[in-house]
Amino acid sequence: MSVLVYADNSEGKFKKSALEVVSYGKALANQLDTDLTVITINATEPEQLQKYGANKILFVKDDSFVFNAKIYAGIITEAAFTSNTNIIIIDSSNNGKYLAPLLAAKFNAGYVSNVVSAPSSLAPFTVERKVFSNKAFSNTVISADSKVIGLAKNAFEVKEEPTTAEIEEFSPVLLSTSVKSESVEKASGKIAIADADIVVSGGRGLKGPENFKMIEELADVLGAATACSKPVSDMGWRPHGEHVGQTGKPVAANLYIAIAISGAIQHLAGVNASKTKVVINTDPEAPFFKAADYGIVGDAFEVVPQLIEKLKAFKAENA
Amino acid sequence: MKILVCISHVPDTTSKINFTSDSTEFDTNGVQFVINPYDEFALTRAIWFQEKQGATVTVVNVGDATTEPTLRKALAIGADEAIRIDAKPTDGFYVAQQIAEVYRNGEYDLILTGKESIDYNGGMVPGLLASFLDIDYINACIGLEIEGNTVSASREIDGGTEKLSATLPIVIAGQKGLVEEKDLKIPNMRGIMMARKKPLTVVPAIESTTTTQITNFEKNAEKSACKMVDANNLDELINLLHNEAKVI
Repeated sequence: MSVLVYADNSEGKFKKSALEVVSYGKALANQLDTDLTVITINATEPEQLQKYGANKILFVKDDSFVFNAKIYAGIITEAAFTSNTNIIIIDSSNNGKYLAPLLAAKFNAGYVSNVVSAPSSLAPFTVERKVFSNKAFSNTVISADSKVIGLAKNAFEVKEEPTTAEIEEFSPVLLSTSVKSESVEKASGKIAIADADIVVSGGRGLKGPENFKMIEELADVLGAATACSKPVSDMGWRPHGEHVGQTGKPVAANLYIAIAISGAIQHLAGVNASKTKVVINTDPEAPFFKAADYGIVGDAFEVVPQLIEKLKAFKAENA
Repeated sequence: MKILVCISHVPDTTSKINFTSDSTEFDTNGVQFVINPYDEFALTRAIWFQEKQGATVTVVNVGDATTEPTLRKALAIGADEAIRIDAKPTDGFYVAQQIAEVYRNGEYDLILTGKESIDYNGGMVPGLLASFLDIDYINACIGLEIEGNTVSASREIDGGTEKLSATLPIVIAGQKGLVEEKDLKIPNMRGIMMARKKPLTVVPAIESTTTTQITNFEKNAEKSACKMVDANNLDELINLLHNEAKVI
């Protein structure tokens, strides 16, 4: 019996969320006094996962592959059966969330998503997860013998635990599906909100789309992704993909900077999984100040340009 | 084309979330319920197919009688009929089993729903449904066209968009982009009157199990007070972010 982790990659490279699930899997394997098996598909250097405690690495290599949820779910399930596991861990990327329920059904498992910590109890198997769009947590028991755990982003720290793993190529049976990828379009040169450690976000208080230049500039200095509140995307000032909040993209960054966003409850729900929140707003009564860690009462048009200059100097000093 | 739209009955997005005194259940006192926003995008797209391509739209929900106003709202927006599976939606596995049974009895071509509900955020019902029914599935859908049997869809991927093709029958789980905010419909008086005459069928639940159980809820920990920094002292902010929060 071992714990199985699926480590997703982007163009062959492991993202932070993949290392988070491997670290989570290792912690769980230690808790269960068992081994950790990791499966990965078309990663350039699967052996890197030894650094995070993988005892066995199964890698699939086939350059003709593009991500397909059903086919990947089939591969991971087959890996679970071969490695005699009953717990699979998966990340909360778009691909992870797409895969997980298919995997759970194939594997006849109980599935919980948005899990934020290692099990608080093994019998019954109990994990804590986020519910009500980040407004609360629940303790949830997985009563099925087989389990699929979807780990929330930025909820579990990446921890090195070097091992020497058995590394094996894995040749799975591929399922058939009518769903085919026709093309993939990635915003070039931009940092995706899902991958960003820092997110800089602007609200309606910026008065018009032309004023988002300074948001972009601030994001540039910080190596951050840009985002916006719902009214801003509804008015078409910014693309929908930048809308963060309860019905937009969730943000679980290390640092979230909200500029001229008042902090409606729906917006806060979408961003409060971020570790540190900074708010800049002219209105000292804006609800965001209650949810933030650091606040500045001030006019974005004065504060942000100064902040950009000061951060540039800071970066130059600390480079 | 027959479309089955799955609808969750959820607290309004502005609701304050409270739990019963023993923290085992959500406290519905004073809470306004709505169609789950992700499901509303799916429903609105389904109604577009009804208006432009002659599709029929059935909405389905797993819940007790208190969810009927939400189903009536869907009818008032334009759905043709509603089905309520009379049971408590205990977990995603259970709900998907129930809806799968409705699909099997109805000769549907397409299941269209939101990618998750904003209350329990499980995000699993569409994928489980597709698996139980052994049909295909697309998640996080932000664009959908159907011609004959051919499905052209876009889905959100981390940092971009993927265009996909597929064939019916299929389960599509969507979000904003399926339709835009401005396309959402507010029921008018005529719609509300007509909704009263449209069929709302209550069906009993089938025997099924759950695979997960919630033991209790916890509210977010109280936040420590926000540290205020003077707008003329931005060096202090940078210092705090660097040395205290250690995020830059």
